[in-house]
Amino acid sequence: MDHLIGALVGAPLLGAAVLLLGGRRLDRIGHWVGTLLAAVSFALGVALFADMLSKDTGRRTFTSHLFTWVPVDSFRADVGFQLDQLSMTFVLLITGVGTLIHIYSIGYMAHDERRRRFFGYLNLFLAAMLLLVLANNYLLLYVGWEGVGLASYLLIGFWQHKPSAATAAKKAFIVNRVGDVGLSIAIMLLFTTFNSFSFSPVFGAVRDASGGRLTAIGLLLLLAACGKSAQVPLQSWLGDAMEGPTPVSALIHAATMVTAGVYLVTRSGAIFNASATAQLAVCVVGAVTLIFGAIVGCAKDDIKKALAGSTMSQIGYMMLAAGLGPVGYVFAIMHLVTHGFFKAGLFLGAGSVMHGMNDEVDMRKFGGLRGYMPVTFITFGLGYLAIIGFPGLSGFWTKDKIIEAAFAKGGGEGWVLGVVALIGAGVTAFYMTRVMLMTFFGEKRWQPDAQGHQPHPHESPKSMTVPMIILAFGSVFAGGLFSLNSSFLHWLEPVTGYSEGHSPLTAWQVSVATFVVLVVGAGLAWQQYGRKPVPAVAPRGSVLTRAARRDLLQDDFNHVVLVRGGEHLTRTLVHLDHSLVDGAVNGTAAGVGGVSARLRKVQNGFVRSYAVSMLGGAAVLVAATLLMRGI
Amino acid sequence: MSATAVVHSLLTSAAATPAADRIPTPHIEYAQLSPVLIVLGTATVGVLAEAFLPRRSRYWAQLGITVVGLAAAFAAIIALAADGYATTRAHIAAMGAVAVDGPALFLQGTIVLIALVAAFTFAERRLDPVAHGNRVDSFAAQGSAVPGSPQEMKAVRAGFTTTEVFPLLLFAVGGMMIFPAANDLLTLFVSLEVFSLPLYLLCALARRRRLMSQEAAVKYFLLGAFSSAFLLFGIALLYGYAGTVAYTGTATAPGIAQVIDGSANLTPALANSTGNDALLLIGGAMVIMGLLFKVGAVPFHQWTPDVYQGAPTPVTGFMAAATKVAAFGALLRLLYVVLPGMRWDWRPVMWGVAIVTMVIGAIVAVTQTDVKRLLAYSSIAHAGFLLAGVIAVSPSGVSSVLFYLVAYSFVTLGGFAVVTLVRDAGGEATHLSKWAGLGRRSPLVAAVFAVFLLSFAGIPLTAGFAGKFAVFQAAAQAGAVPLVVIGVIASAIAAFFYIRVIVMMFFSEPQPDGPTVAIPSPLTSSAIAIGVVVTLVLGVAPQYFLDLAGKAGVFVR
Repeated sequence: MDHLIGALVGAPLLGAAVLLLGGRRLDRIGHWVGTLLAAVSFALGVALFADMLSKDTGRRTFTSHLFTWVPVDSFRADVGFQLDQLSMTFVLLITGVGTLIHIYSIGYMAHDERRRRFFGYLNLFLAAMLLLVLANNYLLLYVGWEGVGLASYLLIGFWQHKPSAATAAKKAFIVNRVGDVGLSIAIMLLFTTFNSFSFSPVFGAVRDASGGRLTAIGLLLLLAACGKSAQVPLQSWLGDAMEGPTPVSALIHAATMVTAGVYLVTRSGAIFNASATAQLAVCVVGAVTLIFGAIVGCAKDDIKKALAGSTMSQIGYMMLAAGLGPVGYVFAIMHLVTHGFFKAGLFLGAGSVMHGMNDEVDMRKFGGLRGYMPVTFITFGLGYLAIIGFPGLSGFWTKDKIIEAAFAKGGGEGWVLGVVALIGAGVTAFYMTRVMLMTFFGEKRWQPDAQGHQPHPHESPKSMTVPMIILAFGSVFAGGLFSLNSSFLHWLEPVTGYSEGHSPLTAWQVSVATFVVLVVGAGLAWQQYGRKPVPAVAPRGSVLTRAARRDLLQDDFNHVVLVRGGEHLTRTLVHLDHSLVDGAVNGTAAGVGGVSARLRKVQNGFVRSYAVSMLGGAAVLVAATLLMRGI
Repeated sequence: MSATAVVHSLLTSAAATPAADRIPTPHIEYAQLSPVLIVLGTATVGVLAEAFLPRRSRYWAQLGITVVGLAAAFAAIIALAADGYATTRAHIAAMGAVAVDGPALFLQGTIVLIALVAAFTFAERRLDPVAHGNRVDSFAAQGSAVPGSPQEMKAVRAGFTTTEVFPLLLFAVGGMMIFPAANDLLTLFVSLEVFSLPLYLLCALARRRRLMSQEAAVKYFLLGAFSSAFLLFGIALLYGYAGTVAYTGTATAPGIAQVIDGSANLTPALANSTGNDALLLIGGAMVIMGLLFKVGAVPFHQWTPDVYQGAPTPVTGFMAAATKVAAFGALLRLLYVVLPGMRWDWRPVMWGVAIVTMVIGAIVAVTQTDVKRLLAYSSIAHAGFLLAGVIAVSPSGVSSVLFYLVAYSFVTLGGFAVVTLVRDAGGEATHLSKWAGLGRRSPLVAAVFAVFLLSFAGIPLTAGFAGKFAVFQAAAQAGAVPLVVIGVIASAIAAFFYIRVIVMMFFSEPQPDGPTVAIPSPLTSSAIAIGVVVTLVLGVAPQYFLDLAGKAGVFVR
């Protein structure tokens, strides 16, 4: 078992090492090596899953200690893994979707000279992400956390020749640093509080810790989660991250990495359960983000950015659920998995469309593609139905549960969160219908690209469509499968715990309400984009629309408050440095020099004056010695 | 040596036994004193060689005799240490005159190694251009010739060299080896003179700039004599206080230490005349002053720059390294063995001396323009840092000072050896402006010098850092935190001028008429190499040597 888990992480790590260090010799087979090792990792994951299923529910957690990493006195950091139902879920999602996207990338990146490097980075990402979810302590989790951040940075900026991609990579990295600092401080606090990094000792000792400490740790972990999962207020990087190749957007910025924040909160459930303040903060962040992302998604004309807004919003749902405590953890993870399927599928569909349309991303220049790309249309359509929560498809099962759980929080808070989640579902239906209509329906608004090539939309190669089809199956059936006999609930409950909330509304009432909201949202979109022709140039729009196109002014806010403020602070500090610090330093230096020049004159070369000074010195020495005795 | 012991035993036994009716036969432990005896014996052989060997063969003979003698002395020291004389069998030999213990053997070993390296630089004959068909070293052709006189010209033309420097070196080494081991005040004084007189002579023997060299020697001699007078007067006062010059003794035959701490079993006759605290305090202060002069502590430091600059550079290197080792050894023994009972009197005073020494040494060095004077002021500042360790009065104080002395002395030897390499038409080019851009012309020499400077400055991974850290740690543990703070500030000031030289060597444009770097023989090269190796080894892995110094750090009482 130890070896299997090691190999699970090791296979993609080996791939990354071979591909990144192997040089050009591997250019021709690099993508196969990368895909094969991802598949090996998936196969190992499946094997471990089968092994886990064969055991009793109570004995499914498996820990393995590899070696002691940093032994310093009582400070002991181990490299060890913990495989339980929660990490198993992630392992299957990461390696499964990861392998599919590797396969898709073979076709998508076929014409890229640096394809080997791309696969190396993808492998690196897989290894880091697996490390993140398999670590049995926070310090090792942090290694994975930083590792996925690095991989994300490298892949967003993969087309580094484009200034926009390079800038986006930097932006993602820097914004993530803010969250990472939160995580590192949280880990330090954890160590000072519990004298350990490992999950089980920490969670076992939670009840002995002070409430203030736990709240502080919880809020810092939330900050970390906000950075990695693009939640308000650290959400600004995700839209720009779409500069990366589309498979990257699908794997990292939709299905897996961005959900690491949800994993962190769920994994640290014991800490959050002990701090109502921290939990409420998680709920608020989730609720704000789910509306924020949905509004942004409504206004974007760039298909990937619209989907990015949607990702943000859907993770908001998961955060909201995770913030609800044991009532919501299971549904947060369940939605995370189904979202992994349908959002990855939607992104791959978007990539397929772009592939056929000369890499055009503006939906105003699409239209009527359903006949030209039938497979893409159908898989994308199924993903669309899943995400809006059409009854029977994956999203329906998972999102309704979250809305229900939000109401179940009880009291005024429950009503507010529940209504927000409900409205979010309506807005989701609106923007996804908009994407669907603008891309696949209506008249053709195709335009030649910058080189004057008229697009000739065509279906993508098999290597791209097969993963899309597989993901579409997931989008359709996963939710239902999970809900059958509450199988997913029973599966995850031993790890996260579960308590049934007391919702003021019944499950049926929630479902009906959600469906009504959904129909209204989709109907409004039909009204605007289905019945009327879509203008090829975006109309000016209302104040809200214009703000939403600018990501609800997030960058403007950051610029004014943080960048300008930072510049001002820097200028002030530089000024202080020049006038005060340098002044003091230079003044001291000049002072020492002056004293030195004066003292130098005492050294006049005459023995007689040296002798006098010795005599004086001796007199002082004797006098001082006598004085000390008081004689 | 034996004469010293006789004189000593005359005096001490006269004081200790009321009826001075007989002179006991002195008992000398030759084996335990062998290191010193070997060195002094070798020096005598050197004098004989000088007298009887033909001039042509003297150079190689003297070099051979010196190296063999020093090596034998070092072997004897190691043998003694291996026999446990540094630890369990430590005792006082030669009827109470000389201590054979850890600090003594450690410092003697250090001094002998310094002398060995210094002998290499003394023997260097490749640096000066060949004069009239003869290879010449750093020393005057004929010491007695008046500078610039026809007689001197003749001597130069004849290719004379002053091979007497080797016996002189050995005599000085012999004195220096007794100095830290001296266990009574008379032996202390005699050994001081034994090593000082050869040094005065050596200072006067520079081949180039002879007037400056002679001026330096005269200054050194006059001021040295002056300080010796203080020392001797202090010894007299201490004798008046205690009725003995021995450092330690037993209750029935007490040394000064016993009289101070009141454990002496004095006869009524003596009890009336001893124990006057004014004599103790004044005498103690004066003896300390005599040692502070040799150490080069402020305000007894002013000879240092002038003498360091004027003396032949190999002599400067030897003097700077070995004198400091010997003098600090003697100071440690005096303060730890004789005067611990009055440490509440001398510690505050030494605080003051250490502070002004560190600060003035560092500050005045800032405006120096001559490399040798710069290193002289640097040695003053280092004396201050060492005093901080001395003041600790703890085992870690002793071991840290011992370690620091080793680290400092080999770096100093190496540093001055590099100075001998940088030359122009007038001999060594010691003005700092000439060193500008040296790194471009001779990267290796400049890099080596930079390593030495970094060690002087106390940058981590050099011996200087480890030493300074040990000394400051000992001082801080002994409660002298303000002293440590001032020491660190002084180090910061000192770092400025060391690093200024590095900046000058590597980041300035070389002057068109700049100096050239002479290619040395393996002698100087090995001296420099040893300096570099010691600097790096003691800097990277100091623990073994710190442990060694710690094991050797117990004085016999």
